[in-house]
Amino acid sequence: MDIVVRDVSMVFPASAGPVRALGNLSLDVQSGELVALIGPSGCGKSTLLRLIADVVQPTSGTVEVRGGPPARARVARELGFVFQHPGLLLWRDALANVSLPLEVGGWGRRHQAPHQPAELLELVGLKGFERAFPRQLSGGMQQRVAIARALVTGPPILLMDEPFGALDEITRDHMNQELLRIWAATRTTIVFVTHSIAEAVYLASRVFVFSPRPGRVIGEVAIDLPSPRVPAVKDTPEFVRHTAALRRALAQAA
Amino acid sequence: MPGGVDTAQSELTIPAAASRAGAGTVLVRRLLFPVIAIAALVLLWDVVIRIFSVPPYVVPTPASVGQALVKERARLLDNSIPTIIESLGGFALGNLVAIAAAIAFVHNRTLERVLYPVAVAVRTLPIVAIAPIFVLMLGNGYAPKIAIAALITFFPTLVNMVEGLESADPQAMELMHVLSASRTEAFRYVRWPSSLPYLFSAMRIASTSSVLGALVAEWIGTNRGLGYLIVLTTYDFRTALLYAAMVMTSAIALAFFFLVSILEWVLVRWER
Ligand SMILES: Nc1ncnc2c1ncn2[C@@H]1O[C@H](COP(=O)(O)OP(=O)(O)OP(=O)(O)O)[C@@H](O)[C@H]1O
Ligand SMILES: [Mg+2]
Repeated sequence: MDIVVRDVSMVFPASAGPVRALGNLSLDVQSGELVALIGPSGCGKSTLLRLIADVVQPTSGTVEVRGGPPARARVARELGFVFQHPGLLLWRDALANVSLPLEVGGWGRRHQAPHQPAELLELVGLKGFERAFPRQLSGGMQQRVAIARALVTGPPILLMDEPFGALDEITRDHMNQELLRIWAATRTTIVFVTHSIAEAVYLASRVFVFSPRPGRVIGEVAIDLPSPRVPAVKDTPEFVRHTAALRRALAQAA
Repeated sequence: MPGGVDTAQSELTIPAAASRAGAGTVLVRRLLFPVIAIAALVLLWDVVIRIFSVPPYVVPTPASVGQALVKERARLLDNSIPTIIESLGGFALGNLVAIAAAIAFVHNRTLERVLYPVAVAVRTLPIVAIAPIFVLMLGNGYAPKIAIAALITFFPTLVNMVEGLESADPQAMELMHVLSASRTEAFRYVRWPSSLPYLFSAMRIASTSSVLGALVAEWIGTNRGLGYLIVLTTYDFRTALLYAAMVMTSAIALAFFFLVSILEWVLVRWER
């Protein structure tokens, strides 16, 4: 078991009174699994990813990552994080942004990086943009740079917060395909937040449905579509059946 | 998507070429228009003096100022050197202390809460009143002038620098945390570069105000410098030379401003 979340509650202090973002949330993610999180806006999906990455600590409950506290996994660089906003460094070109995780803490000197930054840029469809600065890239292109950056150290767990939300349908399909390819090749554990029912069904082996705030898991839909998934699967009755089931679960959530 | 990549690549070269052509026009507009404006002002000055027949010891003609600039150039240059040294020294000192204070403030909130009001209080003291005090404390040499030029540059840089260091993208700071970056690394990779545009807008202000500080400091307790020359020529009614000294001062301040702008252009490429 790679990620174990038990009875986690998260309360943010705020001027207008405390905000209860998560309420007694529990979920497990197995090693090498690709799970999707889906739920209404503001229900705490981003907060959950930040708890797993040790960016914030839960008000109550426990989070375990690869058998230890999240802080251990973070320090060991076992977590890659693709944020909801790209968060690129504006003064670094695309290539230098991708290689940033190798520089911080001298990681690249002590470890063999599994991918070359330039290869990763090519992988996310940005060949030729190595020297472009973030301001010269569109929002979707920036997000792809951020994805390449998360992959550069080859972390065993990848947390992705609506990574393809800013992309057009065609690029999104392409990125989905690439993600499945990377996942198949590396067996990385992936937690994927999305607002798209079709994307969740297409990518994930299990989808967790969140309730409105305070968020907790109110439904878990297993997606038993054959792997490897190919775009044609989207036209099959099984796919439609799964999206319908997920839509029903979400409707109950709202 | 190989097709998409190709078109995108050629898209990248077009704006680059366009911006290079644009840089030429921008430079012309930046230099040509101010020159035209200054020439027009000089002309207006000349016309007004003639129409109202202003006596030359009150306002000299542009031509006589030009003559003074040429004839007295050795004296003007001689007096420029101390002013330049004081301005540069004050600029460097004021900015360095302000940057150090700003760095200390963003890393230690208590320090900020204690010292920031003190900085604001010092700021409200009129520089003309502080100048004699500094001369009393630091003597007649370069020290009091540099101190005053430093004091005048300190505050804008402090304020801007604190804001700049705090302007770091929260998402980028979160990334630093996820990468388990040390505080020094978070500073070096994110905070410091984020602050550079702010630092440079402060330094552009400081580049001219440091000259002003040096000038005011030279009004007392010295017999060198453009500030001294201005006071001396005012008392002697050598108005043409007074104006020539003012032109020199202006030229020095402009040169500093220009240098800072060039440095900004080189170092803060991503803001362009
Ligand atoms: N640092 C914080 N301080 C105060 N409140 C916060 C903070 N972070 C999140 N919240 C609150 O917690 C709730 C959950 O936020 P979160 O960003 O996790 O939602 P989300 O499910 O990711 O939403 P979306 O789908 O719109 O991205 C929101 O109501 C938000 O206002
Ligand atoms: Mg979110």
